[in-house]
Amino acid sequence: MTVIKTKIGRRSFLKTSTAAGGGLLIGFSWLTSCSSLVEGAEEVAIPNEWFKINGYIKIGDTGMVTIYSPNPEIGQNVMTSMPMIVAEELDVPWKNVVVEQGKLDSDAFKNPQFAGGSLSIMYAWDPLRMAGAAGKYMLLAAAAKEWGVTAADLTASEGVIKETNGTRSIGYGEIASKAVGIEVPEKLELKEPKDYKLLGTWKKNVEGSKIVTGKPLFGLDFKREGMRLAMIEHPPAFGMKVKDFNVDEIKAMDGVSDAFIVDTSFEGPQWSDVNAFNNLIAIVGDSTWQLIQAKKALKVNWETVTPAEDSEMHEKRLVKDLENGKVTGSRRDGNPEAAFANAAKVIERSYSSPFMAHNTMEPMNFFAHVTENSAELIGPTQTPQALRDSAAKMLGIPAENVSVDMTRMGGGFGRRLYNHTGLEAAAISKKAGVPIKLIYKREDDMTQGTYRPPYLSTYKAGLDKDNNLIAFSVKGVGLPEGPVFPNRFPAGAVDNFLAESKMSETNISTGAWRAPRSHFTAGAEQSFLDEVAEAAGKDPIEFRLELFEKAKNSPVGAKYEYDADRYAGVLKLVKEKANWGVETPGVYRGVAAYFCHNSYVAQVMDVVMENNQSKVKKVWCTVDCGIVINKEGATNIIQGGVIDGIGHALYSQLTFDNGSPVQKNFDTYKLIRHNQSPKEIEVYFVENDISPTGLGEPGLPPAIGALASAIYKATGKRQYHQPFTEQRQISIG
Amino acid sequence: MASFELEINGKQKTVEVDPSTPLLWVLRDHLDLVGTKYGCGVAQCGACTVHLNGTAVRSCSLPISAVTGQSITTIEGLSEKGDHPVQKAWLEVDVPQCGYCQAGQIMSAAALLNSNASPSDEEIEAAMSGNICRCGTYVRIKNAIKSAAKL
Repeated sequence: MTVIKTKIGRRSFLKTSTAAGGGLLIGFSWLTSCSSLVEGAEEVAIPNEWFKINGYIKIGDTGMVTIYSPNPEIGQNVMTSMPMIVAEELDVPWKNVVVEQGKLDSDAFKNPQFAGGSLSIMYAWDPLRMAGAAGKYMLLAAAAKEWGVTAADLTASEGVIKETNGTRSIGYGEIASKAVGIEVPEKLELKEPKDYKLLGTWKKNVEGSKIVTGKPLFGLDFKREGMRLAMIEHPPAFGMKVKDFNVDEIKAMDGVSDAFIVDTSFEGPQWSDVNAFNNLIAIVGDSTWQLIQAKKALKVNWETVTPAEDSEMHEKRLVKDLENGKVTGSRRDGNPEAAFANAAKVIERSYSSPFMAHNTMEPMNFFAHVTENSAELIGPTQTPQALRDSAAKMLGIPAENVSVDMTRMGGGFGRRLYNHTGLEAAAISKKAGVPIKLIYKREDDMTQGTYRPPYLSTYKAGLDKDNNLIAFSVKGVGLPEGPVFPNRFPAGAVDNFLAESKMSETNISTGAWRAPRSHFTAGAEQSFLDEVAEAAGKDPIEFRLELFEKAKNSPVGAKYEYDADRYAGVLKLVKEKANWGVETPGVYRGVAAYFCHNSYVAQVMDVVMENNQSKVKKVWCTVDCGIVINKEGATNIIQGGVIDGIGHALYSQLTFDNGSPVQKNFDTYKLIRHNQSPKEIEVYFVENDISPTGLGEPGLPPAIGALASAIYKATGKRQYHQPFTEQRQISIG
Repeated sequence: MASFELEINGKQKTVEVDPSTPLLWVLRDHLDLVGTKYGCGVAQCGACTVHLNGTAVRSCSLPISAVTGQSITTIEGLSEKGDHPVQKAWLEVDVPQCGYCQAGQIMSAAALLNSNASPSDEEIEAAMSGNICRCGTYVRIKNAIKSAAKL
């Protein structure tokens, strides 16, 4: 039996139902607006009355159940998987469930409401199960009271309560009114994984039918009566600010109602307020096209604040600070210098990658309606709580007077962890005195990023005469943050080990980009290990498995971050699934494995040559993320991660010239397309009962390493610099 | 400003806009048809794909003055009940992740199947390569198109 406490800190399920109002709720306009029917839900009649059980659950008198999905939906499909967890413990048939996006509400929701670090499910695992179990407890207690028996005499399953030794039964919908406000004890019993009926099955996206029919789900689709549109113009280069512009000419243009400079800076910004330009031109008007014309007509005097940077300068800075940069994290085991000096073979290679933009398909946007003492913000954000807090600070009003509603997001990838667009919308609404929806043009979006930093790492391996790995070092630097995780693999598996992560500097704004640092490091490290295995005359999988054995049986030095058995487990599984070792003429294979976001992923990638170019044909991917909530969504996000990894390794980069991003739209910034995508990606999950961990990010990093090694097999060329299609290498002298 | 008569999803519409206004913004700003998405504005990503006389076109780069009197279909008009074979296949295969590009993908796929009832992998790739999916649902899209071809 799994017993769980119903309190998380001071936040208890005991109080929710009364604090949140409880009792009868009316109105079902939501059925056609913001909620999503799961497959077959229309078989359950639309309720006349709804009863709020707790912050996550509302039950209708017909047995239809609304489950609120608390977290931002960026395509990671939490809007399906989070309610599945609640429904499992509540024990209600999935077809009875409708899903609604929850509001930002720390009273209703006991899990943190953000989308980042692949943490949504991991952090919500206990609260979501608790919410379902608490609901089930309340329904059982209500039925027991009604029938004059104890709850122990009853069972609840599939939305129906039955007497164990009797004939009476009652549906959740019929008893829900009497369950409202029933107190939940301090501890509740949860299901054992072996008893799961819903978790681990294949369920389709609850918003699928709305997506394929073009319903207005996204921030950019939001409309409010009386709302104006707004666009911004930011400086053309990093390090510049606005001095003045032809404001009178712009204001005189057709469809333009206002134009001004806004300043979004405020005292005490937090990490999510990273922003290149706090000082922008805003144009407010009637239609997008008229605003685009007004932007074209701008004549602006810009001022230089800090010196302009360019890509050549960035590469030189990386090379310099790989030696001289400030060390921000390190690990040292044994005596690496002596071991390298005594090694029979030493291999040293450098790997690098450029700035990258996030390029969410839905450009940055936000709706804001700011009055003297309140603000209503609606739009795409991965961190709604952080936006509320920062907006309150910037506007100088209490946080409780700021509301943030989450729309479905046309991609996140880390870009919408950063809230400057929401703050800009608020500042513009305040100054213009009207509700506005701020829209970025693609060019505004791509040239005002919180970019993935460029990185440079040098790897060095020493083999003894028997081809054992006796020394390993990695030093890495980034602009500004370094990419090295000192305690990750192969830490713990090599007697003489050195890892150093170093910082450099830049005036370009940077931030988290899907699997931050891990994507680069996985590509570099796994490519390098492939080369070392080759030098050692060993199969690349066997070479890694030997290291995991060593880490497990005779670990070196301080604790390392990974579980060697689980790491080896995904490699062994992918070896089996891909029939590793069986050679097919004309097909070239690479393998990689990586641990990040608490999950383990291994991939085998098959590359073929078409028209003298390498192309990925098929990928096998094995994943250990503990319990899988929804196999369909989990498989989809892993497949997407693989394609994302391949695409960015091959094609993508953002370069700078005189402080300006050179690539401003998809004509020059290359993203992977249909004809470059693998034909098939098989995904397998390791079956275990470990609490679920990250899935949004871990699928991406190993793809880069597996691709590099497969391309090497096909072309004889190792890949040291991303994008691979450039076939160049940064010289570190 | 000028007045334009349009035939959108089988209905006659009149809008007063500047003749240079792209069809995309007429749909989104003036006709409340926001299923057609803005992605790049330069016909590179395909998010804005609609049908013009049954052919897939990028509405972000088509001035309204060029499409008067012609038959325009958007995602909202692809089927009455969301049951076009391509839409059904999309649900069956569970294609979307974020979902933003999918209206454009579906419109490109539907136009492809209109002209080629049973496309090969290469024909699918050629017809769909103007539509970017940042989430990487390409494998599922290809499977859904093959599945739709059988419906």
